Parts: sequence; structure tokens; C-alpha cells
Amino acid sequence: MTITHTRTRALGAVLGVAALVLVAGCGTQGGSSSSAAPGKQGFTPPDVPMQQSLGTMEGQVNILAWPGYAEDGSNDPKVDWVTPFEKQTGCKANVKYFGTSDEAVNLIKTGGYDVVSASGDASLRLVASGDVAPVNTALIKDYADIEPFLKDRPWNSVNGQMYGVPHGWGANLLMYRTDQVKPAPTSWGAVFDQSSQYQGKVTAYDSPIYIADAALYLMKTQPDLGIKDPYALDQKQLDAAVSLLKDQRKNINEYWSDYLKEVQAFKTGDSVIGTTWEVIQQVAAGEKVPVKAILPTEGATGWSDTWMIAAKAQHPNCAYAWMSYITEPKPQSEVAQYFGEAPANGQACKLTGAAFCRDYHVTDQKFANKIWYWTTPISQCLDGRTDTTCTDYGQWTQAWTEIKG
Amino acid sequence: MVDSTATADPAHETPPARGSLLGRSSGLRTALLLLPPMLWLGVAYLAALAALFVTSLWTQNDFTAAIERIWTFDNYRQLWEIPVYRTIAFRTIGIAALVTVIDALLAFPIALYMAKVASHRAQRLLVIAVLMPLWASYLVKAYAWRGMVSQGGLIDWIGKPFGLHSPGYGLVATTITLAYLWLPYMILPIYAGLERVPDSLFEASGDLGAGSFTTLRRIVLPIAFPAVVAGSIFTFSLSMGDYIAVTIVGGKTQLLGNVIYGQLVTANNQPLAAALSIIPLAAIILYLLAMRRTGALENV
Repeated sequence: MTITHTRTRALGAVLGVAALVLVAGCGTQGGSSSSAAPGKQGFTPPDVPMQQSLGTMEGQVNILAWPGYAEDGSNDPKVDWVTPFEKQTGCKANVKYFGTSDEAVNLIKTGGYDVVSASGDASLRLVASGDVAPVNTALIKDYADIEPFLKDRPWNSVNGQMYGVPHGWGANLLMYRTDQVKPAPTSWGAVFDQSSQYQGKVTAYDSPIYIADAALYLMKTQPDLGIKDPYALDQKQLDAAVSLLKDQRKNINEYWSDYLKEVQAFKTGDSVIGTTWEVIQQVAAGEKVPVKAILPTEGATGWSDTWMIAAKAQHPNCAYAWMSYITEPKPQSEVAQYFGEAPANGQACKLTGAAFCRDYHVTDQKFANKIWYWTTPISQCLDGRTDTTCTDYGQWTQAWTEIKG
Repeated sequence: MVDSTATADPAHETPPARGSLLGRSSGLRTALLLLPPMLWLGVAYLAALAALFVTSLWTQNDFTAAIERIWTFDNYRQLWEIPVYRTIAFRTIGIAALVTVIDALLAFPIALYMAKVASHRAQRLLVIAVLMPLWASYLVKAYAWRGMVSQGGLIDWIGKPFGLHSPGYGLVATTITLAYLWLPYMILPIYAGLERVPDSLFEASGDLGAGSFTTLRRIVLPIAFPAVVAGSIFTFSLSMGDYIAVTIVGGKTQLLGNVIYGQLVTANNQPLAAALSIIPLAAIILYLLAMRRTGALENV
């Protein structure tokens, strides 16, 4: 039973991660350090009316969520924030977990769902196709408490109109064994240019989107390449990133996509340095593995998720109730601790304890600004270049296959 | 299939006569009996394969990732021209063949002992012992191997006094894990095949002056060969299609299954994934044809 449960969770995490990086149909302006110019996404969203006020609750709501985002106690009796929502609002929550962003997009198009937790590579597709409605943030109880640096971002708003409520975010960090990696690294160079120091002990994330990590490093170390956004690479820039990753491969122990697998590899010492998530470092440290995770000087890639409401929602009032509830401090603290990410609502820190929020940099805007959020590369350059075509995700996948050989 | 639906129709139209009609025509009874499995085989299995093949001849819109139904051999051209696919295909076939050989070598003596040497009681216990690992989840077993081949794991610990190290994550670990996972699928057919051989054959061979090695070579092996082939079909095709064990113990290596998964799930390029899926399919069909030429399939 324990094993099945862990496996389900691990599998969920794997699917979730795989999905976060799926093909998107339209452009998103990636990276938080670039500002969102109006209309920069290159489309005008269809005119979908925004709800002005709340009516009576419909008695149920159909929720589409990443695994771990809407737990009702069936996976772990201690992990349950859906039941309190049902008691509080009288809306019965029908939760459907999806494994990939594509699946989420397809399911929401069937019209059977009211709210969805969308990542940056799905959110704008939903906006552009008119499948989600603008969100009236005045109806979200704790919207004011959401960290300001998560509002009006290119992946959750268009032309200053919010299309969702920020849920949580996290960064891909650099983790190392403190007893075997000396001196302590400060740069991603430790896993790229200087990776030969740790021959056969380096680990990397197993997804084409990891190419962006190499691109981010090149962006800072080889300005001649002219990389402005790690998700907007022309052929020459992609080739440079690929050759960097092929060199790195010689020193790789294994590529990971299952977070428990990485914990174990660090525990046994099969891996001593490589890319990680905050939650992995926490779990490893909890198992007395001497590991530390840092945000290198070059910054990092990461993810940011948003709750959105379907344009054809059949239970819009319960849907608003859910979006309002899930961004309250208590559920936010529970999701964040279960999933291992920074909650969007900084007030959650009062419940998680200050240590958790320090670990996840919840209110740390400087930290958040160093993150380039996962965005799907498309042939239209995301950094605004019009004189060249960029490589799309299909090419990245092909390149990733060749890197792994 | 067409015939059976045609014959099934009158039976529906004239319900009172049905019982007697069924009673009289054994052909109709057979047809009705075979209809559901044939539909299953035809629709769920062969039609799915046909759909796979048709999809592999389509292409994909780069921008929207939608499938475009334009006939093209472009996917196959890519498979041919991009060297990495060839490397991975040969690596996968090589691993599948190696796993099959290892399993055959391990399974044969075990099956022979179970079928011909062990007492009745021991025989039953051994069958349970062979079947037991199949009760545990695939993932549990794969992760157990991950723990064993890790640094400071069981293999390291046992090998240390002899100056040996664990092979670490990689192709060797993948081969060992797959050979372990599929071993019961090799033991059981060989055991079943050998059990049917009458003991008198062994006695006759001995009476005619053959030593045990000659008996093994001239009597047991030819009789067991079809069973080994049956087992090898399991181990070979299961290894060709596996992509999970390699992500657990394979370190940085990838097999065909991983590439197919990547194209299908990560890149959402169904046509290319379908074209890639044809490679293991073709490998297995070729393997079956080769085995048929040996005549082994006629006796299974």
C-alpha cells in the first residue's frame, strides 16, 4: 500500500513534469526579467465576458488540476484541503488530474470542466482559443495578498487583463553534496564547463526543456551568441547549447525525471551535483543526505502555475469559490508543502512557518526575478526577433534525443 | 468476419427458430462463438496496428502540432537519415537479443531440473518460486535493482573482497535487470515443454549407450527447442518494448521505447512516434519469420 502510494505520487510527479514542458500552440513571452509589452504575445484574445458578481452556488464544481494540487484525502488521509472547501461552500468538488498540458487543453475544450490549473505552456493557448474567461480579481477574496510579482505576467494576463489567479511557482536549482563538492559552486559552470571535475557523478533533468538551462548559461558566459531568452534560440544558438550538453553528457551519471530517483542517487553518491527542485533537496536533507541547493549567479529556469476559469463553465460561482478558496493562506500552505513549491499567497508563510518560506523564497522578488519560467519554444522568436526563425519544441526534442545518443 | 455477421443476422430476425437453428448448425455455433474474439483481434489489435502505420505516413504542422493528413515518407526518411535513430535501434535490438540469450542459458538448466530431476513436491515449490516474482510489481523489482547496482549497494558490497565494483547505472545494469524481469517467461515454456517429454526417451537413450551429455544434446535439446523459441519470443519482444527499466537503471542510455515516448508525449509528434514504433514491430516480425523457418513454431 505504501509502495503503491509512493509510486502513484512519483508517477504523478513524473507526468506532471513531463507535461509542464509540452508543446504549446501560441507564443508566450518567457522570462520574468523581460517586461510584458501590450500585444507582445502576438494575438488578440476573443471577447469572452467576465463575471461581474457572484450568484448562488451551483452545488458542485468540476476541477481539472495537476496531480497534487487538489487532494481530497484519498491518497493520504492527512492531505486533504478539498473536503473543507466542500463543507465551507456546499460545492461538491469533482477533481480530475491531468498528466500533460496537452491533456489539460483537450479536456477543457470538451466543456465539462470549470477550473483548470494551467502552466505557462498551456495558459496562453487557452486564452487565445477563447476557452478560458478573464478573471474578475475583485471576486477573489485574498487576491490582494498574492505576491505582486506574480500578477499581470505575460503567462497569466493579456493587455493588463488577468486571465487567472497565480497559484505557485518554483525554480530549478543547482544541488550538490557538501561533503564531496568543494569548494561550494556558485555557477552553473560546475555542471557545464567544469563538469569533468565530477566525472560520472553529474546529473541533469531528462527533458528537452533542459536545453534552456544550457542556453541560460551560454547567455551569461558567451554574449557573442546573442541569446536574449533561453526559450528563443535560432539554429546557431541551439547548436551551441547542444554541443555544450554533449560535452556535459560525458560526465553525466544519469538523467532524472522522477524526483525520488534523484533523491536516491544523491543519497548513494551516484550523483553529487546537478539540477534539482527545492522539494528534492528537502526530501534528501530529510534523509540526512548532506546536500545543499543554490540559485547560481546566472539565474535559473522554473515554473509558474495559474488557476483559470473555463469560458463555458457550468458552475461559475462554485468555480470562483474554488479559486478564492485555493488561494487562501491555509490551502496554499498545504498545497505548497505537499507539492514542494512557493505558494503565490505570501500569507501562507504564517502557517507553513518562516523556515519553509525562507527555503522556498516565497516573498523573495529578487529570487523570482532570476527565474526564466518554462515556456514552449516556437518558431516565432519569443525574444521579439523577426529577422530569423527560432527552433521549435519538435527540434528541441530531436536535439535532446541526439544529445543522449 | 463478414460471413459470421451475415449468418448472425437471420438468427436475430427469427428469434423463435434460433434455438433449433443453433442446434442444427454447428457451423453457426462456431461462428457465433468466434465472433467476439475475432472482433477483438480484428478491431482492437490489427486495426490499431493499421492505424499506427497510416499515422506514420502523415505529417505534423510545426506551429499548431496538429496532424496533417498529407501522405509522405518523410518520417521514414528521417529515421533513415538521422544516424542517432539507427544507433538506438541497433542498441535496442542488441540488448533484446542479449537478454534473450542470457535468459535461455539461465532458464534451461532450471527448467530441466524442475521437469525431470526434482521430486513432485519440490517441483511444485519450484513452480511457485518461479511464479512468485510475477506477483510483485514491475516497478518494485526495477527499483530494487537500482538499489543493488548503486554505489555501495549490494553488488558493490559483495564484490569488494574480490576487488570488483558495481557496473553502475548503464547498459550492463539494464541488461541484468531485463534478464531478471523476463526470466520466468523463459522458464515456464521450457518447463512445460520438457515435462511433456516421456521419461522413457531418456531411458532409451541411456540403454543405447549415450552418456548424459549426449542425451542432452541429441534428445533433450531438439525436443526443447520449440519451447525455448516460445520463451525467446516473450523475452525478445518484451525487451524490445521496454522503456521503464532503462530509465530506472540505465543511467544516461536510451532505448527505442524512450525515443518513441519522447516523440509521442513530450514533442506530441504522433506521426514520427508511429514511424519509430514500426522499427520494433518489424524487428519482432522478422524474428518470428526467422523462427518459423527453423520449424519451431509448428510444434509449440
